[in-house]
Amino acid sequence: MFSLVNPDGTVRDRLPISIEETKSLYADMVESRVYDHKSMALQRQGRIATYAPFEGQEGAQIGAAAALRSDDWVAGTYRDAALMWKAGYPWDLMVLGRTGDERGGAPPEGVNVLPACLTVGGHMIHAVGLAWAEKLKGSDRIAFTSFGDGATSEGDFHEAMNFAAVYELPVVFFCQNNQFAISYPRSEQTRSQSIAAKAEGYGMPGVQVDGNDVIGVLTTVTEAVAGAREGEGPSFIEAITYRMGPHTTADDPDRYRDDTDAEDWAAKDPLLRVRLLLEKAGGWSPEWQAELESTAGERIEEAVATAEAVAEPTVGEMIGRVFAQPTDALLAQLAEAEE
Amino acid sequence: MAELTYREAVAAGIAQEMRRDPSLVMLGEDVAAAGGVFKTTVGLLDEFGPDRVRDTPISEQAILGAAMGASMTGVPVIAEIMFSDFLAVCWDMIANEIAKSRYMTDGQVSFPLVIRTANGGAARFGAQHSQSVENWAMMIPGLKVVAPSTPADTVALMAAAVRDPDPVIFFEHKSLFATKGEVPEVEVVGRLGEASIVREGSDATVAALALMVPRALEAADRLQQEEGISVEVIDVRSLVPLDTKTLLASVEKTSRLFTVEENPRLCGWGAELISIVGEEAFWNLDGPLVRITTPHIPLPAAASLEDLAIPSVDRIYETVKSSLR
Repeated sequence: MFSLVNPDGTVRDRLPISIEETKSLYADMVESRVYDHKSMALQRQGRIATYAPFEGQEGAQIGAAAALRSDDWVAGTYRDAALMWKAGYPWDLMVLGRTGDERGGAPPEGVNVLPACLTVGGHMIHAVGLAWAEKLKGSDRIAFTSFGDGATSEGDFHEAMNFAAVYELPVVFFCQNNQFAISYPRSEQTRSQSIAAKAEGYGMPGVQVDGNDVIGVLTTVTEAVAGAREGEGPSFIEAITYRMGPHTTADDPDRYRDDTDAEDWAAKDPLLRVRLLLEKAGGWSPEWQAELESTAGERIEEAVATAEAVAEPTVGEMIGRVFAQPTDALLAQLAEAEE
Repeated sequence: MAELTYREAVAAGIAQEMRRDPSLVMLGEDVAAAGGVFKTTVGLLDEFGPDRVRDTPISEQAILGAAMGASMTGVPVIAEIMFSDFLAVCWDMIANEIAKSRYMTDGQVSFPLVIRTANGGAARFGAQHSQSVENWAMMIPGLKVVAPSTPADTVALMAAAVRDPDPVIFFEHKSLFATKGEVPEVEVVGRLGEASIVREGSDATVAALALMVPRALEAADRLQQEEGISVEVIDVRSLVPLDTKTLLASVEKTSRLFTVEENPRLCGWGAELISIVGEEAFWNLDGPLVRITTPHIPLPAAASLEDLAIPSVDRIYETVKSSLR
């Protein structure tokens, strides 16, 4: 497993980025975690629907997104809010989506991030199609797709991996192995030694990286993206991480996993190790931490306020977005609904 | 005009659109060098090259997922699913992804995508390769559904489907591939959502689709000649959007409606037509609304039983005759 920064903040190898860049990644992880905690609270207050927290996976998501170009395609899951945000999807639209509003599924112009995929696995194939289109157009955009360990048991995973390899498409497959598919552990999910090993069967490179090491992830994904952009075809990355929270706000992980595991993984927290690293380099102080958290808190509060200020959707919107132009039958049903 | 077979019309319709729009691409199993297992894509690889006419691994979910991904970037795609029965293995992509993604992006993203597939029975392929599944597609909000019965309509509706900004499921009937018809030699573009009155009549309306259209026409000729019953035959052509105006106007004139479907009985498209006419034109009716369908069974492989199961000219003739007596 590739890694550059140990859990205690010591460095295994020379870092490819500066302290200032490291601080910036750290700030992004802090902001993501603030969003994650805020979303859990919003759900408990009944202000958003079911939420799938990503706490513990900030290193994998921020590190990966930092390796992408702003016009690359990103197709992730309902647990990828940090990844999507870092790639350009605004927090307020993600909150709006979670309040139950399709307008949250429409990213701003120029943001090539698909709304979070809510079925398991389908978006991996969409990424294949996005990459195919870019190849047809002769552009050098790549498609990056993120998914969990559980998704690798879906047929979609097999079809996407095989198709991307056969068509030699610029796709980076990024598995966040967070050890659990809801309650089903990684050890039961597959008898394969690793998930990365599966890549070989598709004729593409597969590597493992410490998903809680944001700089290690950045380095690994940067290399994969460069390969895809230079026409080397798809590749696969298994980022080993851990979901610190529940699958969603609707389940209780105490029923299916050991506390000791969570404690072990807490010591490997992706934020903690960067903080320790920065501390040693003189780049971290409690004041700076407080400032980061307060700035992030303000931004997230603003995003929530923006989302909550959006007017209720209309009946016309309910009918009008089914097709480019509503059919006569839909217009008749709209008239019925408006009566 | 040129005389084309229905299968040649499929290729002609695709070729017409690929010539018009150089960004249009096609993919599917055995569509390139083999020209399709039903020979509906013969000549396309030669004319448009391997980047635009592309074979795929046996991965129906990936064929449609890739088509969807490409189409959302503005690259229009025609995807082939070899037999419509196989839509069942990629139904997640159709029903949950393709049909719903415009909606879930607040209308932001268009999916200019045509899913072509060989549908229907009477070709002795057995229960897993003979189904008429246009009713599956019809019941999913967000999909458009067409099923031509003639070579000319095949070209015209292919053009309309390709040019539509929304996903269209295009059902080609296996047992019509060898049939012939005149096709104009100029560019042909139809419209989705327009039924066609293929035979005028005054005593009863028969609404049919695909292979059932020629059977309904033959039955109508016999009813006229042998019984003096004047039957109006409507080729429904497009299930979504559905041309209820043409249907209701015809029933207003004839006061009787028969639907002829290959779908197994429960929830076939005819039930929807009957329901609309029952609600909208009840006071115009002179008798019961009648469905002529395949029984609710897996389609038998034996020729004799398959012929018995799928509505035949005789069954249409007898049903209309006895109902009007």
